[in-house]
Amino acid sequence: MIAFENVAYSYGGGELLSGVDLTLQPGSFHFLTGPSGAGKSTLLKLCYGELLSTKGRVVLFDRDIRGVGRDGLARMRRRVGVVQQDCQFLDHLSVAANVTLPLSVTGREGDPQDLSDLLGWVGLTHLAGARPPQLSGGERQRAALARAVITSPDVMLADEPTGNLDWEMSLRLLTLLVELNRMGKTILIATHDMNLIRAAKTQVAARVLRIKGGRVELAGAEL
Amino acid sequence: MSGLGTALRDLVRPDPGADRLVPPTGMGSWLTVFTAGVMAFLAVFALALSLASGRLADRWADALARTSTIRISAEGAQVAAQTEAVLALLATTPGVASARALSETEERALLVPWFGSDLPLEDLPIPQLIEVTEEGSGYDAEGLRLRLEAEAPGAVLDDHARWRQPLAEAASRLRFLGWGALLLILATTGAIITLAANASLSANESILKVLRQIGAQDAYIARAFVRRFTLRTLGGAATGVVCGLIAVWILPSGDTTGGFLTGLGFSGSSWLLPWLLPVLCAIVAFVATRAAAFRKLAEMT
Ligand SMILES: Nc1ncnc2c1ncn2[C@@H]1O[C@H](COP(=O)(O)OP(=O)(O)OP(=O)(O)O)[C@@H](O)[C@H]1O
Ligand SMILES: [Mg+2]
Repeated sequence: MIAFENVAYSYGGGELLSGVDLTLQPGSFHFLTGPSGAGKSTLLKLCYGELLSTKGRVVLFDRDIRGVGRDGLARMRRRVGVVQQDCQFLDHLSVAANVTLPLSVTGREGDPQDLSDLLGWVGLTHLAGARPPQLSGGERQRAALARAVITSPDVMLADEPTGNLDWEMSLRLLTLLVELNRMGKTILIATHDMNLIRAAKTQVAARVLRIKGGRVELAGAEL
Repeated sequence: MSGLGTALRDLVRPDPGADRLVPPTGMGSWLTVFTAGVMAFLAVFALALSLASGRLADRWADALARTSTIRISAEGAQVAAQTEAVLALLATTPGVASARALSETEERALLVPWFGSDLPLEDLPIPQLIEVTEEGSGYDAEGLRLRLEAEAPGAVLDDHARWRQPLAEAASRLRFLGWGALLLILATTGAIITLAANASLSANESILKVLRQIGAQDAYIARAFVRRFTLRTLGGAATGVVCGLIAVWILPSGDTTGGFLTGLGFSGSSWLLPWLLPVLCAIVAFVATRAAAFRKLAEMT
């Protein structure tokens, strides 16, 4: 699904990431950890081409992200669900319209039942008609997660999706992601939350990647 | 580029899905409508100026190119003899295509507007007029004058139409100024719409980012902006043209005398010409906004 080949990235100063080799097999479930500022968000952005590696290749769906062109990249992104750390919305549209936006930009109509099921699952039914600026941080994260999964993407990339959530809601969202993984989707979640990782490990064969000194390594069984 | 065909089709087909991607904004949209309106209004006058000076230049050039008159004033029978002599002389003058003595009825017709029809012309010493039509680069007026003096002392060459030469030139230059002004107006429209589109794109940058991230293609994102700016321009320009046409229409007209200011208007089918202006402005807006949108999007991944 996703492969990094000797990837390096720098924002202009020194190299934040260097020599990253990474392969996410289809249907795998990974967590990405590391101290704040280690480059977790950066690595996720490299996965779907928001950032382009300064060295090495990033391969998504068996194709080099650099070689697919702007429209090709757009088409690839339709198969990737992204929850960013600072989720952005179209503030003049309702939450429901934002959640179905990935469908409408490709000319598809969502099933209203699916939408209400999804909003119910993330606990936003009562806010379907609200505007995103009216949402709390946690509600924004849940709306962003709903928007990311509505197309049933092959890959889910989530950056601290439970950062602002209470434990109960975190588990709910985790269950959603585990469900998707059982349907064969590839999942990568950046998080600090060790409890979340432990909880996930009881449900799926999740592996933990850690960014350390600019490199990505597989964390052992010490968790 | 096949995307252009799609983009044009999208322009006429309303798509609430793409339209609502961009929030309605106050200032920018009014700037576009207002600019398009004012520019189209001005363009109507530039067009009227071009057409009027074009007509004038053609008319003057025509008139002076080709004719002058010789007036023969003499005693009774002398007139006929001198007319003969002048016609013979003209027949051998290089640059003269033809010469013709006006009949009494024609002369009378010339005078009626000035003196009324009940004037006893027979009793008046009306000079005989000879109409000379030129060819090529015309005849040598000074040489002809000298020869007339020798052969027919009562003949006076009147080539006063020649004073119009510089005026005709000025009129034709005015026509080009008019077209130039029209081009400048369109260019200014394009520049201001580009500015407004850039402002709108920058103001909505976070929307562009979200749309790119969820997999919208550039053409789809650009479409929302292009449609909006093109339709606004079309509406504004159409309003401007209506106002411009009304203003031209209520100008006092005195076409028969052919004065320049009173001739500043449209005639016949040229009333349809200004309606091309909204279409031209819309094309300018379409191209300008599309270019601006793609330029902005190219800055993002
Ligand atoms: N746009 C940017 N320009 C320059 N530097 C940046 C930019 N974005 C991030 N950085 C820097 O890159 C480093 C890694 O940032 P990143 O957001 O990937 O960290 P992170 O691991 O996600 O941290 P956190 O856990 O706090 O979210 C940080 O030191 C940050 O200051
Ligand atoms: Mg981060």
